[in-house]
Amino acid sequence: MNNLEQRKFVIIAAFVIIGIIFLIQLFSIQVIDDSYVSSADNQALRFVTKYPSRGIIYDRNGEILVLNQAAYDLMVVPGQVENIDTTLLCEILDITLDEFESNIDRASSYSKYRASIFKKQMTASEYAQLAERLYQFPGFYGQKRSLRIYPDSVAAHVLGYIGEVNQRQLDLDSFYRSGDFIGISGIEKQYETMLRGERGREVLMVDVHNTVQGKYENGELDVDAKSGYNLESTIDLRIQKFGEQLMRNKKGSIVAIEPKTGEVLCLISSPTYDPNLLVGVKRAKNYALLSQNDSLDPLFNRALMAKYPPGSIFKLIQSLIALDEGVISENTGFTCNKSLVGCHNHPSANSIKEAIQMSCNPYYHQLFKRLINRGRSKSYFEDSALGLEHWTERVTAFGLGQRLALDLPNLKAGNVPSVELYDRIYGKRRWAFSTIYSLSIGQGELEVVPLQMANLAATIANKGYFIDPHLISNIQNLDSNLPWEHHETGIDAGYFEPVIEAMQWVVEKPGGTARRARIDGIEVCGKTGTAENPHGKDHSVFIAFAPKENPKIAIAVYVENAGFGGTWAAPISSLLIEKYLTDSISDTAKQNQIIRADLISLEDVYED
Amino acid sequence: MRTKQSIFQDIDWIMVAIYLVLVAFGWISIYAATFDEQHRDILDMTQNHGKQMLWIVLAIVIATAILLLDHQFFETFAYAIYGISLFLLLAVLFVGSEIKGAQSWFVLGPISFQPSELAKYGTALALAKYLKVHGSKFKEMRIKLISLCIIFLPAILIMLQPDVGSMLVFAVLLVVLYRQGLSGWIFILGFAAIFLFVIALFMKQFSWEISSETSIAGSWLFLSLLASLCGVIFYFLRKSKGSLLIILGSYLASLGYYLSVDFVFDHVLKPHHQNRINELLGIVSDPLGAGYNVHQSKIAIGSGGFFGKGFLQGTQTRFHFVPEQSTDFIFCTVGEEWGFLGSVVLVSLFVFLMARIIWMAEKQRSEFTRIYGYCLASILFIHFTINIGMAIGLAPVIGIPLPFFSYGGSSLWSFTVLLFTFIKLDSERKFVLR
Ligand SMILES: [Zn+2]
Repeated sequence: MNNLEQRKFVIIAAFVIIGIIFLIQLFSIQVIDDSYVSSADNQALRFVTKYPSRGIIYDRNGEILVLNQAAYDLMVVPGQVENIDTTLLCEILDITLDEFESNIDRASSYSKYRASIFKKQMTASEYAQLAERLYQFPGFYGQKRSLRIYPDSVAAHVLGYIGEVNQRQLDLDSFYRSGDFIGISGIEKQYETMLRGERGREVLMVDVHNTVQGKYENGELDVDAKSGYNLESTIDLRIQKFGEQLMRNKKGSIVAIEPKTGEVLCLISSPTYDPNLLVGVKRAKNYALLSQNDSLDPLFNRALMAKYPPGSIFKLIQSLIALDEGVISENTGFTCNKSLVGCHNHPSANSIKEAIQMSCNPYYHQLFKRLINRGRSKSYFEDSALGLEHWTERVTAFGLGQRLALDLPNLKAGNVPSVELYDRIYGKRRWAFSTIYSLSIGQGELEVVPLQMANLAATIANKGYFIDPHLISNIQNLDSNLPWEHHETGIDAGYFEPVIEAMQWVVEKPGGTARRARIDGIEVCGKTGTAENPHGKDHSVFIAFAPKENPKIAIAVYVENAGFGGTWAAPISSLLIEKYLTDSISDTAKQNQIIRADLISLEDVYED
Repeated sequence: MRTKQSIFQDIDWIMVAIYLVLVAFGWISIYAATFDEQHRDILDMTQNHGKQMLWIVLAIVIATAILLLDHQFFETFAYAIYGISLFLLLAVLFVGSEIKGAQSWFVLGPISFQPSELAKYGTALALAKYLKVHGSKFKEMRIKLISLCIIFLPAILIMLQPDVGSMLVFAVLLVVLYRQGLSGWIFILGFAAIFLFVIALFMKQFSWEISSETSIAGSWLFLSLLASLCGVIFYFLRKSKGSLLIILGSYLASLGYYLSVDFVFDHVLKPHHQNRINELLGIVSDPLGAGYNVHQSKIAIGSGGFFGKGFLQGTQTRFHFVPEQSTDFIFCTVGEEWGFLGSVVLVSLFVFLMARIIWMAEKQRSEFTRIYGYCLASILFIHFTINIGMAIGLAPVIGIPLPFFSYGGSSLWSFTVLLFTFIKLDSERKFVLR
């Protein structure tokens, strides 16, 4: 071997060294550095979120109250947008060139290679126009979403609405991602976790042109979206709709309950609004309009949140407690002594039944005095405090002064005044019966919300107990017992007989205060009330149940500034009762008169 | 003198086997790169993999034909083939078709032909024949110059097309001259030049801020450092009078070269070459522009992991994220679908094949065969180095195919001819006289 032949080793060594350098670099990018794997996935895989459809809400007869409608978010990946006919796209989307530019800029500032929403919530027909030409616009694709739709435009306050999650909700619950919808009020909020369902995911492979090439790993990594549970509501669409119609141009609310079950048959707050207004892109604008309307405040749910003095309907509770406490008997009479408290002209009541029928204020003043001043203490002040303490406890058992277990958010408790309250206002032992006597006729510091009034009607219909009023009776395909509880008032069932009898007289007997609530063939039991309103015309209230035997519906109607309870609240109740029990209206003249009545503009006249 | 009983006697079956493995592995990779559900048929002639199957069959026919030729044929017609290829290289400049910016193809209906492929072969044969005769007098300057002419005549013609990639293939034949006695300093100087070139490009971007008002440009900093280094070396070698001159001379030469880099880079190189070099060195990073190919190629290879994603499971190559993935970037498919393991197999096969060619070449009695073997190994080496190097981000993007592997009849046949000529010549080694 000569010297030059040795050079073959140098040359072979060069080959081997290059080979080793290559293997080191390959080892480094293939085995050590795993960033290339994620780069590859980001490029070639598209993770498509499959949105679950939100649960549907049915009424008690299986009619749909809320369902979903397909909508599309137009997504854009700014890095893939090239050579597109911008003018054409703007024309199809009905946006200006400036809007186009600013949308693209916003998307680019988020990410050039990830999808962001370009245009939100296009309706199916809007999207259809674009879909067939989408291939001309690389970088754009449609993401299916769904919007709520309310076919009958009713029960806005019950159903509530959904909206996009805000930052606080995103921070609080990792379930949500930006752009997701969440229930904001009503059943939508209360049953959010049931209704929302679970997101699914699809992993697709895309080529360099962002064209889908098929499922990744034959779809093994895909997860199907799980639809939200459908809810069966206790609402009866027919009377909910009818009630909203009757309450048109009136302020107030109606709540009806099935006494045996606590199922809420209708829950109306007026003025109301079309729930379809708060759907999709138009929500923000309409919400602002609705909330600016401060005199009518259509977003305010009066049935749960408006606290009113109960007025004369409270005499029913006073009667029951007095009978049960034994401070009076069924045939106890009191003179209508107008020096104690004002009253209208009527013969004195010789029994509790007559007292209820005639709604005699002095009667209840005297009855209430017996309940409060029982002679348990020598001190008049101490005796009043002891009496009130016990009385508060018994009133609270009727579901007053406490938040009922209704399955809606933002429910108010109302107020049943306690010893502590008066001690705070007047000082300890500085007040007595003479200070608090207006409680006897449901005025003073007493506050109830319409739901509690309806619950009172149901409790009387049940002769002493109530079931938690509720709006959802069943969650479909979910084994769970909803936690509706039975509550006893502690009043002996026998004491309800005279009270119920009297309530029937209120409606049936000549001289009864609610003659306008009479329905042929149905025994309606009711009680009117007129709550004093220091700001204007009195509020009109009526609670009732029917039929007398085996009651099917208990109802409370509260109409603000409508004057005497018998004039407006009673006939509205009777129409709803008749509609619910017979599915027909015999006295259409009464119905039309009420629908036409505009108490809101009357009120304006009054205020002027 | 013995005579052969069969043309297949004394054939180096190991090389034939490696050839077949590479061609098959290449075909699988092309199939994977072009695969889609509509074109599963391996013989679908509308698809690259179908056509490649045809090219492979024809390549095997060509290989057999070469083995059937008389071994004297190659030496006898060496100059003629070289002459024809020079003529075609000249002709293509006038009547050729331009593909991808280079006037390098003859297109006759369905057949297209690249004369530079023939020129590689012709040059290898001519160089082998010339050095067989005159190799013993290689020390003479005249012989060296003629050898260099044989190499660079076709290279210059190709430069006019212009096709940088093919030109490099000729430059690598200097390795053959190195074996023949050319000083190794040429390569050391070459590497030093590349090193200085790279430093110069980096220093252009760099400046040292001493204060807000004073800053020293990177170039001046580097030249001062170099001068101090020379000073230190001179201090240690101060006894030797001659060293001063050498050190001073090389400093001045470096200085001149260094200053010329700017000029060459800005005025001689084309913008797309500048971009590719800047991208390779990481001076600029533009993964969607000049760096797109390499960026995508590295993602494809890097995402393969240790075991690879499996045959037909590569998302990056199948869905066309990597450009030129059947030809220049065919290695991506191997890296992505067969992972580090597959890459090791491929790199090892090539290194083994090239080393074996050198090893066999040295066993030859015939100088012609030995020198031809060196030419073959060098050509394979430059293709291997540039092609895989660019795919993994170690070499600039120069579009030359991976031998036996990349899609394309022209390149497959030309490498087949190159390799099987050596196999044929080698099979005759027992029968030739020195
Ligand atoms: Zn009276």
